[in-house]
Amino acid sequence: MTAMPRRRERLVVVGNGMAGMRTVEALLAHAPDRCDITVIGAEPHPNYNRILLSAVLAGEKTLDEIVVNPRGWYDERGIRLVAGDPATAISRTAKTVTLAGGETIAYDTLLLATGSKPLAPPIPGLGLPGVRAFRDIADVEAMIAAARDHRRAVVIGGGLLGLEAAWGLKRRGMSVTVVHLMPTLMERQLDGAAGELLRRDLDARGIDVITNAQTEEILGAARAEGVLLADGREIPADFVVLAIGIRPNIELARAAKLAVNRGILVGDDMRTSDPDIFAVGECIEHNGQVFGLVAPIWQQATVCGARLAGDQIAVYQPPPVFTSLKITGIDVFSAGALAAADDADDEITLHDAQHGIYKKVIVRDDRVVGSVLYGSAADGVWHVELIRDKVDVAAYRDQLVFGREFAERAVATPSDDDEIGADHAPVAVAVLREQAA
Amino acid sequence: MSGQFLTEDYYVANKLMKGFLGSANIDTNSRLCMASSVAGHIRAFGEDVVPGSYDDLEEADLVILVGSNAAWCHPVLYQRLVAAKAARGTKIVVIDPRRTASCDIADLHLAIRPGTDVAIFAALLGHLVDRGACDHDWIQARTTGFADAVAAARSAAPSLADAAAIADIPPGALETFAAWFAATERTMTLYSQGVNQSSAGTDKVNAIINCHLATGRIGRPGTGPFSLTGQPNAMGGREVGGLANQLAAHMSFADPSDVDRVRRFWQAPYIATRPGLKAVDLFDAMLDGKVKAVWVLATNPAASMPRAERVRAALAACPFVVVGDCWPTDTTQLADVVLPAAGWSEKDGTVTNSERCISRQRAFRAPPGAARPDWWMLSEVARRMGWRAAFPYRRPAEIFREHAALSAFENGAPKRRLFDIGALSELSDDDYERLSPVTWPLPRGTAAPWSGAKRLFGDGQRFSNDDGRARLVATPYRPVAAPPDDEWPLVLNTGRLRDQWHTMTRTGRVARLLAHRREPLLEVHPADAARHCLVDGGLARVASRHGATVMPVCLSPEQRPGEVFAPMHWTDRFTSAGPIDRVVGAATDPVSGQPELKATPVRVTPVVPRWHGLLMRGSDRPPQGEFYWARVPVERGHAFTLAGWQTLPAGSSAAAWIAALLDTEPSAELVTYADPGRGTFRWASVVDGRLDACLFLARSAAALPPQEWLVPLGGGVAPEMRTGLLAGLPASAVAAGHPGATVCACFGVGIRTLQRAIATRRLASIAEIGSVLRAGTNCGSCIPELRAILGDARAGSNTAA
Repeated sequence: MTAMPRRRERLVVVGNGMAGMRTVEALLAHAPDRCDITVIGAEPHPNYNRILLSAVLAGEKTLDEIVVNPRGWYDERGIRLVAGDPATAISRTAKTVTLAGGETIAYDTLLLATGSKPLAPPIPGLGLPGVRAFRDIADVEAMIAAARDHRRAVVIGGGLLGLEAAWGLKRRGMSVTVVHLMPTLMERQLDGAAGELLRRDLDARGIDVITNAQTEEILGAARAEGVLLADGREIPADFVVLAIGIRPNIELARAAKLAVNRGILVGDDMRTSDPDIFAVGECIEHNGQVFGLVAPIWQQATVCGARLAGDQIAVYQPPPVFTSLKITGIDVFSAGALAAADDADDEITLHDAQHGIYKKVIVRDDRVVGSVLYGSAADGVWHVELIRDKVDVAAYRDQLVFGREFAERAVATPSDDDEIGADHAPVAVAVLREQAA
Repeated sequence: MSGQFLTEDYYVANKLMKGFLGSANIDTNSRLCMASSVAGHIRAFGEDVVPGSYDDLEEADLVILVGSNAAWCHPVLYQRLVAAKAARGTKIVVIDPRRTASCDIADLHLAIRPGTDVAIFAALLGHLVDRGACDHDWIQARTTGFADAVAAARSAAPSLADAAAIADIPPGALETFAAWFAATERTMTLYSQGVNQSSAGTDKVNAIINCHLATGRIGRPGTGPFSLTGQPNAMGGREVGGLANQLAAHMSFADPSDVDRVRRFWQAPYIATRPGLKAVDLFDAMLDGKVKAVWVLATNPAASMPRAERVRAALAACPFVVVGDCWPTDTTQLADVVLPAAGWSEKDGTVTNSERCISRQRAFRAPPGAARPDWWMLSEVARRMGWRAAFPYRRPAEIFREHAALSAFENGAPKRRLFDIGALSELSDDDYERLSPVTWPLPRGTAAPWSGAKRLFGDGQRFSNDDGRARLVATPYRPVAAPPDDEWPLVLNTGRLRDQWHTMTRTGRVARLLAHRREPLLEVHPADAARHCLVDGGLARVASRHGATVMPVCLSPEQRPGEVFAPMHWTDRFTSAGPIDRVVGAATDPVSGQPELKATPVRVTPVVPRWHGLLMRGSDRPPQGEFYWARVPVERGHAFTLAGWQTLPAGSSAAAWIAALLDTEPSAELVTYADPGRGTFRWASVVDGRLDACLFLARSAAALPPQEWLVPLGGGVAPEMRTGLLAGLPASAVAAGHPGATVCACFGVGIRTLQRAIATRRLASIAEIGSVLRAGTNCGSCIPELRAILGDARAGSNTAA
């Protein structure tokens, strides 16, 4: 019997963003020749680092600098990139994807990485000129243009994205007011104390913050002229940014009758309800959780890439979620719990108000379950490891919140020894590293 | 008056008070220290005289230390004893309830029940009689009272076994002691505060002297009873006659001709004619409103007197309180007028030691500011009161000459006073300036160079009693004034430590001296600790009928079961536990008036600390609140040990409590750490970039950092080091532990962390950095900086190679 040359598997990726392309990279790392790959992107750009849009807005980086995979990268790997022609339909029976331009592309395996869409509040005035979300390159270009032509901006939403937008517009010369529904800023990532420090730091940077502020309406006739709050206050503005959150982009999947809830439902193997269709990134829902931060998405891409390469074992386990804010000079970090849930949780805090340092670690049974760092986020990565690996910190609990270097020295410092070489790493330190690694 | 005054100060004070103000309500600190020895000497010898010399220590074959921890309290003398023992094998017996450091060289230690010394020496006297060890010819020729003394001794302790039972020691040990004493001609008995500070102190002194008189062991090389003086110039005060019951220059109120003699010498028509109030009675009279003005000179009765709270109340009630001292003290706090006094290094004059040796003390620097010597202040007051002619002194030499002249004034027939330094009354100012140490007596006409008499009462030399004989005194035994009972089951002993002096007004300022003991510890025998639920390092409440205090406990098998010991030094300027004299009773010896500071019945109950603390700050202000604290001086401030038995203040009251403890200025910047679940709290206050104060609290003392780890007060604190102040690690580790400026914002990796990791783990690529530190693996925006740092590190290591 003569072996027929096996036809290469056709992989179609819907979504030319960070999650999809990181998955492709992972696949290629495992099995460079396994698939014929087609990538379909709605935006007319190669894959760029969406997280760094804030840096572009703030004028710290150029668009070129945030491109992750330039067009040449696709060409070198024989990947067909269809940019600026969004997918409009999936036929699971025909195993095809239809594009807005009319082309139909057949797949053996389909990867959905459609990302998310800005959440819009149910208020009048959203359609006025001068109202933008903060999501993609087009938004950033519109914001940069607005900063050139207008003076006053209101950002609705005091979360991560909203504050980065506010900072970028401020850097570009606008006067900026942040309008936030909750009592403290970034309440999903920070506790009240850190939120207050953040507000103080923003204030020092000339950004006005109004908390406990429900937006009723975006005012204006021909274009945005201001924001009306529930308490009757009107904040004049000629540019308004919506940054109250995101929601998974699931329209394509829903139309294709894949199982969806808030996001496209996937299992630990990153498969959707159709075994030939995978999904990663902000469009998915895994174990009831949806995603807006990059770390778990990298994890999904790693697992999904392995699966696409034929791995039958790789499974996704959500890592501890952590956050950092990209505002120059403001170090913010949080992971896990933000506060003690009950009496079994202990909060350990370190506070230097004058220097804007606040650190809190939540500990349960001598194991870290949460971390909030403000002003010095240096130990965020270590805290994530401690949380993920459930490391027993009893031996250095009294130094824990001061940082990894201190904790290691606490373990290494015998109580009767007052002299210790700075770079001399005794055995106990090695043990600590292994526990944490 | 202080026991550390110079003789010239004492002289002017005594002359002013007794001679011109006409009252003997003046007392020296010898009342708390040597009064029983003074009284015992006078009863036995007719005069307050120490018969022997320090040289006798080197010629004795048996040395008995009674109630003396010479190893700590007379360290130079003790070292001479150590050397003598090495040279000639001197046998050494220590009689002391505690196994003190002096027992290190003891061949025998009799750990007697407090206050039973009289029974021991009474039984010894009986034993000497029974064994035929007495020198009956000598007794016949030189003494009176032998038969009565022996009879009293027999009734106090019929046998050695009886005495052993009274003193709660093994009979065999007492027999050994008695046999050694009986058999050893060259025997010296050295005694100190364990004998004197007792309600039977004078009888103890005479019971000891009786044994020496009965064996004729006095006035000969290597023999004699020897009172070790407690203070540098207590002897000078005694020579001057500064005690309330003395007149002047070993003359007595009891002899009207003495009073007349001094009146004529001083030309003082209003001279006091009867003894005044002794210290304990003086403060009682003050509390009763009978004493309306007091001048306290360089002593600290608010802490040193028994029932200290009562003494403070008396001072507070007294309409006019003048205190002269060189430092703020517990007593200056109660003064209406504080006079700045010159201190030890600033004063010129003379002192006398235990062996009658007078030495010059020379100033080596000028007093600061308005401070003046005490004799000057006393003289100025006297002159302004109209006694200009009697107090013309411009320099100490003038006073000393007058003091010497008084000692020689009409000294001879019919009665000779041994204290006679008439030979020194003619000293020129230059002679005085150059005076080498001399031992008295030195009557007029004694040819220079003076050597004085090393020993008195040898070779038929008269004793100072009218009949020229020494007296053996009948000393019936009586137990301590307040024995322990069911309600107050333990006996509190107090005393000195090695590195502290009295109420710490000076030694408490020297950090090195507090290294030996940084806080007052109640020493408790382990068996008592078990019985009373006390733990080593824990706290205990010590209560007596007179007062109570809370202090830390230290287990000590050196204690006798049933007895506890507390150092006498710490006052409430240094610890919430001080002064221990708040607890101590005030029973006094009926002859000497010296209080029983070493045997107060107390109850000791455990106090369970809920928290411990270490506080460092510039101010020495006593912390306020229901907790224990003890302070030691450190560079540019003070360190406080804290322990509390109540829960820490919480909520809004906590902030005020902390602020009061830190005692910092309002502009101070606070760095705080809190782990309420573990009971750990830390605060640092920074002023102008320097550490101003810090406070560490924890549930256990072991969880506190050692003080020497902390950044020193006033030390500069770089902004990025501020939080590290509270890490509770050695300062070197704090400096090394800082990660440096953040490079990777996502993972918060600092430049120093990166540099260290690149160097120590030999990281060579962005990927390796990412795998070890995760820097650059999230948003990736720091990768260019990582590349630059890696390049710098490579360049650096190449250069190094």
